Amino acid sequence: MELDKPLLREMYYRMRRIRRFEETAEELYKRGTVVGLLHPYIGEEAVAAGVCLALRDDDYITSTHRGHGHLLAKGGDARRLLAELCGRLDGYCHGKGGSMHAADLSLGILGANGVVGGGFGIATGAALSAKMRRSGQVAVCFFGDGAANQGVFMEVLNMAAIWKLPVIYVCENNGFGQYTRYEEATVTDRPIGARAAAFGLPTAQVDGNDVIAVYQAAVQAVERARSGQGPSFIEARTYRLHGHHMGDVGFARRYRTKEELEEHMKQEPVGRFRRWLLEHQVLSEAEIQEVEARVEAELQEAIEFVNHSPIPDVSTIMEHVYA
Amino acid sequence: MPEMREITIVEALREALAEEMSRDPTVFLMGEDIGRANGVFNVTAGLQDEFGKERVIDTPISEAGFTGMGIGAALTGMRPVVEILFCDFMTLAMDQIVNQAAKLYYMTGGQAKVPLVIRTLMGAGRGAAAQHSQSLHVWVAHIPGLKVVMPSTPYDAKGLLKSAIRDDNPVIFFEDKMSYQVKGPVPVGEYTIPLGVADVKRVGTDVTFVATSSMVQVALAAAEALEQEGISAEVVDPRTLKPLDKATILESVKKTGRAVVIDEGHLSYGVTAEIAAIIADEAFDYLDAPVKRLGAMDVPVPMAPVLEQATVPNVDQLVATTRGLFGRRY
Repeated sequence: MELDKPLLREMYYRMRRIRRFEETAEELYKRGTVVGLLHPYIGEEAVAAGVCLALRDDDYITSTHRGHGHLLAKGGDARRLLAELCGRLDGYCHGKGGSMHAADLSLGILGANGVVGGGFGIATGAALSAKMRRSGQVAVCFFGDGAANQGVFMEVLNMAAIWKLPVIYVCENNGFGQYTRYEEATVTDRPIGARAAAFGLPTAQVDGNDVIAVYQAAVQAVERARSGQGPSFIEARTYRLHGHHMGDVGFARRYRTKEELEEHMKQEPVGRFRRWLLEHQVLSEAEIQEVEARVEAELQEAIEFVNHSPIPDVSTIMEHVYA
Repeated sequence: MPEMREITIVEALREALAEEMSRDPTVFLMGEDIGRANGVFNVTAGLQDEFGKERVIDTPISEAGFTGMGIGAALTGMRPVVEILFCDFMTLAMDQIVNQAAKLYYMTGGQAKVPLVIRTLMGAGRGAAAQHSQSLHVWVAHIPGLKVVMPSTPYDAKGLLKSAIRDDNPVIFFEDKMSYQVKGPVPVGEYTIPLGVADVKRVGTDVTFVATSSMVQVALAAAEALEQEGISAEVVDPRTLKPLDKATILESVKKTGRAVVIDEGHLSYGVTAEIAAIIADEAFDYLDAPVKRLGAMDVPVPMAPVLEQATVPNVDQLVATTRGLFGRRY
């Protein structure tokens, strides 16, 4: 598997773009510009970036309530996403969906989802559709360790297996389902992938903070799906560095300690990959800064875009109830 | 005039599915036992032989999963017709129907169209007890973004199902299990019936019966009985609850001055309450009597036939209720 310089640079760009987008959104949330619920993806960037780099533009993804990273990694427009978070008319959903429902159907992004496990059926159905249309497309279902405990997960694993559907289930195990620890809510003497393996799916367990490991696992799964061999499962172990949502500040919810958080900070994926690129002399400091400047410019543009985008008129309420 | 023949609702539905599958290669069917077994009530008989296993898919018993898959397929270029064998089992797929299918178009600001039809079965009458006999159409009629269809005749069943399949929105299509063998005239060849247009099944002058699905037959029988007593009843069948053709209902009530609304869902908080409220609100000045409602008793549907029958509105109740509107007792 060739990991050339442009690909590695693109990995860093996508991760850095997600990180800085989320930090920008948090900042705007504190100022009251971003409204509603906000679930930051900070700490999990390598998963979305690694998987989406293995996809074609016309492949499908379904996302989660923590979905900004998936949309951005699949090529989504930061301006329209930020505008959506701010409830503006030029947002992806004209301000009607917000963070948890951002979608770009033209890029195969079938939507974030406010229901934990809400993407299982949609992604598997998109894979069925791709197979019926013989389009060669694949579908990726991003979901968390919390969603793995929803019953519909078992239903779609079974159907994907019996019909050999081109779908990849990517479990982002970030350690927490809302405020409950993974090991308190989920059987841990077997990995989550054992559930998929029980239906005959090949499974992989990767360090979700290692973008190259994620990418390599995704490439294998995508090849398998695209060549008609059926579904796969990937568990990416990562860690949610910020709260469940913006209202989850400090340690008031008692699900982790400051020490634990600090320990995980050392392994955060964006800085880690930056160091790796320098150590392996893939990119020079100047080249990295060039990528970072590009991201900053893009986000400045996004903020400008939001500032010039109107708040939707009340007269638009009833639009889009029915097609 | 097109050539007509008498066929059952089952045959009419089957024709609609076959014609739409022939017309549009993106239409496909998913559900439990709809293929090799021909469908539990034979609606899909022979369709797997005709269109193949890939387009008439026998699913596992996984309502949430395959309904969700229908949504995913609908988002990506297909027009799935998903069958949920009894609407009692629709409860297993409510997240898919209510949180996903109904709202995706709105939540995505008009990007995500969901041209999905869910065919399901309603109604008591087979001694099937409380988990196979419910009429839960009001659950979905309550949700913006869904369309809700409930045909009462073979002609309506065929024309409405074809329109539902061509509609770009999720449509929940309720078939009454006791009406499947009802026969009626259906033209040979192509026709559709738009969603949102009520049909006056019987013209009358003294009272309006607004009746849905199997209750249309009850209303027509009651109207015949009342005719002997000099009361002329008009029967309006809304045919679709969403969209609801308020204009036709109100026009009839304004003409007759009296209304009884009859539906097989539970009486409390049901379809009858909604339609009666619309009539009271928008035709108050025309009313000569209070709007009356008949619905299923507020009780789980019991199995023993004598108990079961007592829970569902019948002709005698409708006749008696109507007499009351004219100050008559017999």
